[in-house]
Amino acid sequence: MAALMLRWSCLGKRWVLACIDGGSRHGRGAAIGLTSRRKRGQSSVAQQPLIAVQKSRKGEHEWAAVVGLEIHAQISSNSKLFSGSQVHFAAPPNSLVSFFDASLPGTLPVLNRRCVEAAVMTGLALNCRINKKSLFDRKHYFYADLPAGYQITQQRLPIAVNGSLAYSVSVGKKPSQVSTRTVRIKQIQLEQDSGKSLHDEPRSQTLIDLNRAGVGLLEVVLEPDMSCGEEAASAVRELQLILQALGTSQANMAEGQLRVDANISVHHPGEPLGVRTEVKNLNSARFLAKAIDFEIKRQIHELENGRKILNETRSFDDKLGCTMPMRDKEGKQDYRFMPEPNLPPLLLYDTASLPPGADPQQVINIDWIRERLPELPGKTREKLIQQYGMLPEHSFTLLNEVGLLEFFQNVIKETRAEPKKVTSWVLNIFLGFLKQQNLAVNESPVTPSALAELLNLLDRKAISSSAARQVFEELWQSKGKTPSQIVSEKKLELMQDQEALERVCHTVMEGHPQVVMDMKRGNPRAINKLIGLVRKATLSRADPTVIKEILERKLSS
Amino acid sequence: MLGRTLREVSTALKQGHITPTELCQKCLSLIKKTKFLNAYITVSEEVALKQAEESEKRYKKGHSLGDLDGIPVAVKDNFSTSSIETTCASNMLKGYVPPYNATVVQKLLDKGAVLMGKTNLDEFAMGSGSTDGVFGPVKNPWSYSKQYREKRKQKAHGENEDSNWLITGGSSGGSAAAVAAFTCFAALGSDTGGSTRNPAAHCGVVGFKPSYGLVSRHGLIPLVNSMDVPGILTRCVDDAAIVLGMLAGHDPKDSTTIQDPVKPFTLPTSADVNKLCIGIPKEYLAPELSSEVRSFWSKAANLFESEGAKVIEVSLPHTSYSIVCYHVLCTSEVASNMARFDGLEYGHRCDINVSTEAMYAATRREGFNDVVRGRILSGNFFLLKENYENYFIKAQKVRRLIANDFVNVFNSGVDVLLTPTTLSEAVPYLEFIKEDNRTRSAQDDIFTQAVNMAGENLTSAIPEPHAKEPEQLHVTSFSYLPMTNELAGIIETFVVT
Repeated sequence: MAALMLRWSCLGKRWVLACIDGGSRHGRGAAIGLTSRRKRGQSSVAQQPLIAVQKSRKGEHEWAAVVGLEIHAQISSNSKLFSGSQVHFAAPPNSLVSFFDASLPGTLPVLNRRCVEAAVMTGLALNCRINKKSLFDRKHYFYADLPAGYQITQQRLPIAVNGSLAYSVSVGKKPSQVSTRTVRIKQIQLEQDSGKSLHDEPRSQTLIDLNRAGVGLLEVVLEPDMSCGEEAASAVRELQLILQALGTSQANMAEGQLRVDANISVHHPGEPLGVRTEVKNLNSARFLAKAIDFEIKRQIHELENGRKILNETRSFDDKLGCTMPMRDKEGKQDYRFMPEPNLPPLLLYDTASLPPGADPQQVINIDWIRERLPELPGKTREKLIQQYGMLPEHSFTLLNEVGLLEFFQNVIKETRAEPKKVTSWVLNIFLGFLKQQNLAVNESPVTPSALAELLNLLDRKAISSSAARQVFEELWQSKGKTPSQIVSEKKLELMQDQEALERVCHTVMEGHPQVVMDMKRGNPRAINKLIGLVRKATLSRADPTVIKEILERKLSS
Repeated sequence: MLGRTLREVSTALKQGHITPTELCQKCLSLIKKTKFLNAYITVSEEVALKQAEESEKRYKKGHSLGDLDGIPVAVKDNFSTSSIETTCASNMLKGYVPPYNATVVQKLLDKGAVLMGKTNLDEFAMGSGSTDGVFGPVKNPWSYSKQYREKRKQKAHGENEDSNWLITGGSSGGSAAAVAAFTCFAALGSDTGGSTRNPAAHCGVVGFKPSYGLVSRHGLIPLVNSMDVPGILTRCVDDAAIVLGMLAGHDPKDSTTIQDPVKPFTLPTSADVNKLCIGIPKEYLAPELSSEVRSFWSKAANLFESEGAKVIEVSLPHTSYSIVCYHVLCTSEVASNMARFDGLEYGHRCDINVSTEAMYAATRREGFNDVVRGRILSGNFFLLKENYENYFIKAQKVRRLIANDFVNVFNSGVDVLLTPTTLSEAVPYLEFIKEDNRTRSAQDDIFTQAVNMAGENLTSAIPEPHAKEPEQLHVTSFSYLPMTNELAGIIETFVVT
């Protein structure tokens, strides 16, 4: 290799995955407008009304925004699309490069079956028509991290077309108000990823890492059926969940396994669509939403000030929160597409068209793949709602957080507690702790078993709710202890000794005659004070309902 | 020994009349003596001797790997050879040492063949004379034959003897010359529009272009992927059949090779042409066809007819569009295939480093000759969005018509076509370079490139890569039959020279 090696770790910036959880982040609805520019430093996803329609300052014209997406998902496969090199994130530079990947003359592409299956699976999951014959093309451009001088893609006849993706966005002020929308999918095409260029400015050198060169990508083209950043981000999030459920892509945006380009234009409703711009390389859902909303605002501002929108490629600066024109070499490029002559047409079969006696290793049967599709997120959510009586927005939250659903299901398996109780604990307390400390589910110090045991203790009234919270906090701090250990160490179990409790009640009543008098005079709040005093005397180990019972009995006797 | 056929020398090796090392050394010394032919770019002497030694061990143990064990072969310098420089006769790849063997090279080595070296060609196989490579032109061994010298003496007096040498044809001229000069028993060429058959015709050897998809292209540095095939050059048809038998078959590294297993085959000892129907395409009777070739052509046809074959006139009506169509498709693929030579990963890199783009431009300017650059330029023009429909798509459609011409002829009961390979015999170098490469290629490929176009499984047309390719029988071997008969006598004269 010509270039020097440089470790990637200096660029190994990781963003915490932005979550569109249908929860608190979507509570507010800020209208887009020029004023909201000032808010761009804030951390929340920019808020949008359903359709990006806004009264102009003059109050005469409304604006509508149109957003389409091109999404590149790296296929999760052992080897690359056309070569036997391994696929790994963050391997030492240029350690996963075959002769083909380095474009040594005379090397030829050999299509990876796994990548084709992944494309078919994804196509089926997105309700696409799978083309039984698709073709590969060369797309030419000179770039240092594109060793062959062209990318093999599917420009003329892609593997899947005409699909749809249903996703949900929260509407109104309550998180429970969820609305389902659909975006059409134009096509899914198989193509090669490029390598990576690293610009060493001080030495004015460019360093090339070809580990990524030739990794299989699914390019998913979403029709311009969206109208704001939140819709786009929600659609991408849903696609991400589907890809992960299928196992066709890890779809981790921070690791570049899912990359999004957005096409954005604005126009007055009823008038032709405006000139569009393309915002490239958006690498988190949050930035995607911010970039789109910024771009919509920018375009409206430009047009309202009598300027024109240029058909250009822009990039999003996540620090400044704005889009900027790219020093664009690709904009006016002619890619000089031509058929890839080294790959025969890709032929797929269904059970009806399968040639008799065909070697199963050499043919791909669409029906066979369809029958083996795993459960998709939509179905999972539906089942959660039915099985556990869960609120729709809770089902969204469970799926949106990586690993949370599995955690929830493991707790359910091991506990006798009510599913609603489990849901509430997992989503409110457990998730709350995680968020507070910025941890992923698999980094949690509390295991599903521990939480299940804790909920069992609560369920059989061995501890009170407040004691349970205390135990949970202890669990979080002191790894390795079981809830029962903590309960006995901290003496948190509820008093099961009825007589002893009666004695405490008696003592408390005697010690506070004034409160007893108040109660007898009919002050309903007085009993709460007595309950509080008894709990305090028992170090919160007594069940308030039992205390209340005893107190009432004693007073009426 | 060197004048024998591959099969004969193979028998001699098996019987111990000669050892692989002795055979190898004889060839090496002849390569040195014929260095002036410029047939070889690299002579891999050390490797060859080592391989011969190993072959010798096998023969001693009685574990011969078959007919090719110990047989000296040569390979055109556009096939990748592991640890042996592979240049494509271009500045761009000077010093490039591939880390892997082309499948065909590996197959030869696996059968015990001894690699003598890498043979000369037109830069990146773009040409029909083997005159346009960075290592200089290849000289036709027949230039030094008794007959040719006498012919020259009669014709022109006072001409400089040295400048009268003949071209080999191309682009596999080095391989054809190497075989014709007895420096090896078989050589690999490549054939995109006639590059194996043309120099074979001019050098009086057998040039065989297998059907597209029969032999792997993996490791062959491409000219036009959809037309390239590895070619075989030998001194007799039987030898070509032996080599083909070793090379043919599916290669998992080349998706365009046919997957059906290749049935082993041998040529019948006595050819019975009684049931053969031979087609003579009338469009090939071009006005530019020389009278010699024309008379050989009809002589060959008569020979077949007298032996009982049915010889009929057939029509390939789209022949006249073929060369233009070839030009568009060839240059388009060339433009694409040459894009990888950017000076970054391997090969030549210029000293300019002000920007990546400037580096690309200077590297490619310095690395490619005018012919290559010209084809890249026109190919990119044809692929431009505004031109694609008018040129590339149209050429593909014409290509389909040309392919259908062949299909129609063969469906009508014709078994083989008998055509000339070239318009005329080999011409002297000084004559040849009066025209530029493009004109020459267009003239010289006229009879040969149509089958290359017909043989490809047209990307948009034929889904399964099993389409039967037309067979075309060139009169190559026939036109030089008289000379071939005299070979035994010539060899002595030749070696002395």
